[in-house]
Amino acid sequence: MKPAAFDYYKPETLDEALSLLDEFGYDAKVLAGGQSLIPMMNMRLARPPVLIDINGVQGMTGIEVGESEIVIGGLTRHYMVEHSPEIQNSCPMLAEGIKLIGHSQIRSRGTIGGSIVHADPTAELPVMLTALGGKVTVVSSSDERELTPEELFLTYMTTTIEPNEIVKSVHFPVIAERTGHSIEEFTLRSGDFAIIIAAASVTLDEEGLIESAALCIGGVDGIPVKLEDVTDELIGEAPSEEIFAEKCAQIVDLVDPEKDIHASAEYRKDLCVALSRRVLKKAADRAKQA
Amino acid sequence: MTEKTAESSRLKTITLKVNHKEYTVDVEPRMLLSDVLRDELRLTGTHVGCEHGVCGACTIMIDGRPVRSCLVFGVQADQANLVTVEGLESEDGELHPLQKGFWEKHGLQCGFCTPGMLMTACHLLEHNPHPSREEIREAISGNLCRCTGYQGIVDAVEYAAKEMRERAE
Ligand SMILES: Cc1cc2nc3c(=O)[nH]c(=O)nc-3n(C[C@H](O)[C@H](O)[C@H](O)COP(=O)(O)OP(=O)(O)OC[C@H]3O[C@@H](n4cnc5c(N)ncnc54)[C@H](O)[C@@H]3O)c2cc1C
Ligand code: FES
Ligand code: FES
Repeated sequence: MKPAAFDYYKPETLDEALSLLDEFGYDAKVLAGGQSLIPMMNMRLARPPVLIDINGVQGMTGIEVGESEIVIGGLTRHYMVEHSPEIQNSCPMLAEGIKLIGHSQIRSRGTIGGSIVHADPTAELPVMLTALGGKVTVVSSSDERELTPEELFLTYMTTTIEPNEIVKSVHFPVIAERTGHSIEEFTLRSGDFAIIIAAASVTLDEEGLIESAALCIGGVDGIPVKLEDVTDELIGEAPSEEIFAEKCAQIVDLVDPEKDIHASAEYRKDLCVALSRRVLKKAADRAKQA
Repeated sequence: MTEKTAESSRLKTITLKVNHKEYTVDVEPRMLLSDVLRDELRLTGTHVGCEHGVCGACTIMIDGRPVRSCLVFGVQADQANLVTVEGLESEDGELHPLQKGFWEKHGLQCGFCTPGMLMTACHLLEHNPHPSREEIREAISGNLCRCTGYQGIVDAVEYAAKEMRERAE
């Protein structure tokens, strides 16, 4: 047996889960989809003495699309979002980005809350949450709070969520009028973690000029990086291949990726520029048709 | 703590429905589902390669979805419906079109990856009876084969898709 021994609890309500977290403190780990936690336990990089399996907790799964906001239960699995027709209409980036998470076997079990808490900077959900300015609702036995991505992500695989807290839901804005989304990534093999991810949202005004834009890159730092210096300069411009190329050229000076066995820092910078141009162009094209 | 939730004793009794048969076993919570299947139920068709979710050899169906059985604890599958590679052939022993396809089209050499490939492909064909070669490649991208270069596997899945469409007509 690969993992070290642990005590296993399977609460049926959120309150029960939260009081177990209070009882066991740092000894306990929440088990959601297990698609990041179990590999770490199999390699004994993690050996939590207590696992609190929240898979039986009622009321934490589901997708609700409101007027301006989409609320996704923390325990909702990736495949449920992937196959939701409502998500395709209300948040095209999410529909597109979720498909890029691992393989179908991983999406069968992995959860939205788990991906956010795991906070891998090359994971799709943290990048999308940051690009779109979503929010996370976190609860403990005594408190409930809402966190923006800026308040949530600290560094590589580290968030400001306390050990006695659970991500109850994740919120994304419904796509605005005259807006287009796009997300793309570069991986070595389909389904692998990305080397670089870029996500963009572009809103055009009635004349077809850029009213607002967001651009976020994953894989260059410990948290997803929002490139406001680039998008600020796009406001009021007519969307074109040339303007995106011109403004994205500065990204080489704005990001500071590390090198590893898969790619040099220079190559990663090139990828940032290329993918940013591409997602901005695609988002703007889609905004024109919206 | 209520009795229902304070499950801190190390051995748990679980009931698994595997390929329409029910099994009740005592397992430690840390025992992976792949090990429960292989070591407790002696269903050794499910293979274990990497044990961290990367190779796909251990893929089985849980409640109709393809899942890595090395990334689920046995206790988590209590009361779930599982299908393993042993469940693919029909009751009278006729091979599933996918199994026939892998045979006909040389979809395997050593066969280590085959159970996972079959389960993954099975899920693809249930949802997409007309997959393109590109879609087949995408579907099996989470299953590593060290032998075939994938050509034979893609051919085998195409063969099975055709066979299944013809049967359905
Ligand atoms: C082969 C492979 C490829 C993968 N590829 C990708 C990929 O390309 N992109 C990607 O984003 N991910 C990828 N993953 C990871 C996977 O997507 C997971 O879904 C995700 O990172 C973790 O979600 P989970 O629900 O499985 O969480 P778990 O593994 O159960 O938990 C992860 C962490 O979050 C905590 N946690 C979980 N849920 C909550 C909650 N609601 N509240 C508080 N804490 C919580 C746990 O305690 C643990 O610390 C891959 C995994 C594998 C095995
Ligand atoms: S053994 Fe489960 S994915 Fe490799
Ligand atoms: S046939 Fe040998 S690993 Fe695939």
